[in-house]
Amino acid sequence: MRKPFARKFLVSGAIALAALATGTVAIAAGGTESPPPRKWHFQGPFGTFDRAAAQRGYQVYQEVCSACHSLRLVAYRSLMDLGLTENQVKGLIKDITVPDLNDEGAPIDRPARPSDRFKSPFPNQAAAAAANNGKAPPDLSVMVKARANGADYLHGLLTGYVPYDKLTPEQIKEFDVKPDDNFNKYFPGHKIAMAPPLADDRVTYADGTKATLDQQASDVTEFLAWAAEPHMEDRKRTGVRVILFLLALAGLMYAVKRMVWSDKH
Amino acid sequence: MASSHGTPPVFNNKVIAWVDHRLPIFSYIEKEYHTFPTPRNFNYFWNFGAIATVMLVLMIATGVVLATNYTPHVLMAFDAVERIDRDVPQGWLIRDLHMNGASFFFIAVYIHIFRGMYYGSYKAPRELLWILGVVIFLLMMATAFMGYVLPWGQMSFWGATVITNLFSAIPVVGESIVTWLWGGFAVDNPTLNRFFALHYLLPFIIVAVVALHVVALHIHGSNNPTGIDPKGPQDTVPFHPYYTMKDGFGVVVFLIVFAGFVFFAPDYLGHPDNYIPADPLVTPAHIVPEWYFLPFYAILRAIPDKLGGVLAMFGAIAVLFILPWLDTSRVRSCTFRPIYKWFMLLLVVDVIVLGICGSKPAEGFWVPLSQVATLYYFAHFLVLLPILGKIERPLPLPPSIADSVLKKKAV
Repeated sequence: MRKPFARKFLVSGAIALAALATGTVAIAAGGTESPPPRKWHFQGPFGTFDRAAAQRGYQVYQEVCSACHSLRLVAYRSLMDLGLTENQVKGLIKDITVPDLNDEGAPIDRPARPSDRFKSPFPNQAAAAAANNGKAPPDLSVMVKARANGADYLHGLLTGYVPYDKLTPEQIKEFDVKPDDNFNKYFPGHKIAMAPPLADDRVTYADGTKATLDQQASDVTEFLAWAAEPHMEDRKRTGVRVILFLLALAGLMYAVKRMVWSDKH
Repeated sequence: MASSHGTPPVFNNKVIAWVDHRLPIFSYIEKEYHTFPTPRNFNYFWNFGAIATVMLVLMIATGVVLATNYTPHVLMAFDAVERIDRDVPQGWLIRDLHMNGASFFFIAVYIHIFRGMYYGSYKAPRELLWILGVVIFLLMMATAFMGYVLPWGQMSFWGATVITNLFSAIPVVGESIVTWLWGGFAVDNPTLNRFFALHYLLPFIIVAVVALHVVALHIHGSNNPTGIDPKGPQDTVPFHPYYTMKDGFGVVVFLIVFAGFVFFAPDYLGHPDNYIPADPLVTPAHIVPEWYFLPFYAILRAIPDKLGGVLAMFGAIAVLFILPWLDTSRVRSCTFRPIYKWFMLLLVVDVIVLGICGSKPAEGFWVPLSQVATLYYFAHFLVLLPILGKIERPLPLPPSIADSVLKKKAV
């Protein structure tokens, strides 16, 4: 009767580990109401980035977010992964100049190249903080990975603002909200320095998609999810192949093991 | 068992024979990994030694590649890791393997430790084998802790701050020791540099201790699910091909689960805050270590006194060193210990409860729960084990391993 026991322990061990891991993840979300889970194109073991949505999201980032938020880990050339051609990328950045040094060592602004990282809105952290009431707006390069359920959180944050006159007296009292404060349902502590960045028709999409608040929020989230992990599709594709290979190898190993042990059982 | 190895092998290949005559490396491999007599009745729990070895090799291989692309500087470390992820060819794969590999190395080792405890593998004559294992576990913890600091995210920085600060609990010299560990007056660039150096060094020390662990194992051979010693050739099989193939199968199955995390949930076992660059001026809402440290973290926080907490945490591992002498039962395997078996499983539940407590903020209901669980942890080793060995009536042991295998087949 030993073998069934061993199996039972293995199973309970696996469950225990899963419980432990869930416990770890759960605490990260603690405090504020969690944003509702949404369906994302990049979810699941076969999920991919919706190229059109991510391209629209790039437009939202470029026209709205990039006024305050840097994306300093992403290179312009990477946009080609989203389906743009090299010429299209060059076209997008033709008006952008980046600081550099010339051959004499003097500081200059030169036209951006595809190999450059996204230009940051402020020359340094101190300047960013000084222009934003003492706190620099966070970089968005890995934002989707830096929050629990990052994509849902980001979409929730962008659409979760509640105007002062819609707040209940209890909320105003509990969180000490002033008429000038920005109240967000999903931001920890609710009072957020960022004014509502998006509204209906804040941008005009070239592909004719109606630019509702919800549409812009999900597009920019799709773009930032890509920015946080540009190789995600490669990771999943490789994973499918690796697991299929390992399953076949496991079957083979099991057969060999059975054969070797056949005279001992 | 060592005496039953038989005659030294004869090599037909002249080069091998020439080398072996001068440096008997081939005889060694033949003796220790081919003909080595191994109990024939292992269950799949016995796979986890081989699995842990594979994970150690994987961690060193991926770690060396990562080190060639990493920069241990407070201003560059975070970006260096992102650069590996984004720009180094297949860098994302190497990094995902390494960071999830740490978790899976611990999973393998925790199951390996459980197996040793459940089947009494630590008892005479295997006490030193067990102690070397606890040394490996301690070295792994130090290595993993320092490795988690290297990406220089928020949890890296604050985890390093919390853990190094533990040493300040030592009376009189505590503060000086912390300054010495940091290489300054805060966790900063010197800390990151030395952690990187030590994170690269310690795995090779682990390899050395693993070698001793294996040498000690091969003196008296492996324990087995019955806990009784092999009495002759009918109780054993040669290590190769019987256990090389069985271990191979187990390793592949383990790697499938591992690959599931690496390729489909690479950040699941990590903490989102570690994707925020380290900021000494912003403390995260909850500082939590990696999941494999959570039970010990819970013990640390369960004691209201700082020095007491530190002593309890280290005591929780120290008690493992004397486990062979705390257990007074003459029977090794829990299979034949009707009472202790359940307490052993209760200990597993207790450690899981501690792990959950460690992941929660130290407030409300979680504080007394972690205190009760901590108390039980120590009571298991210091009270239950010594007493149970005296009062428990073990079940009758089978006459031999072969006998137990054949009887099982008949049932």
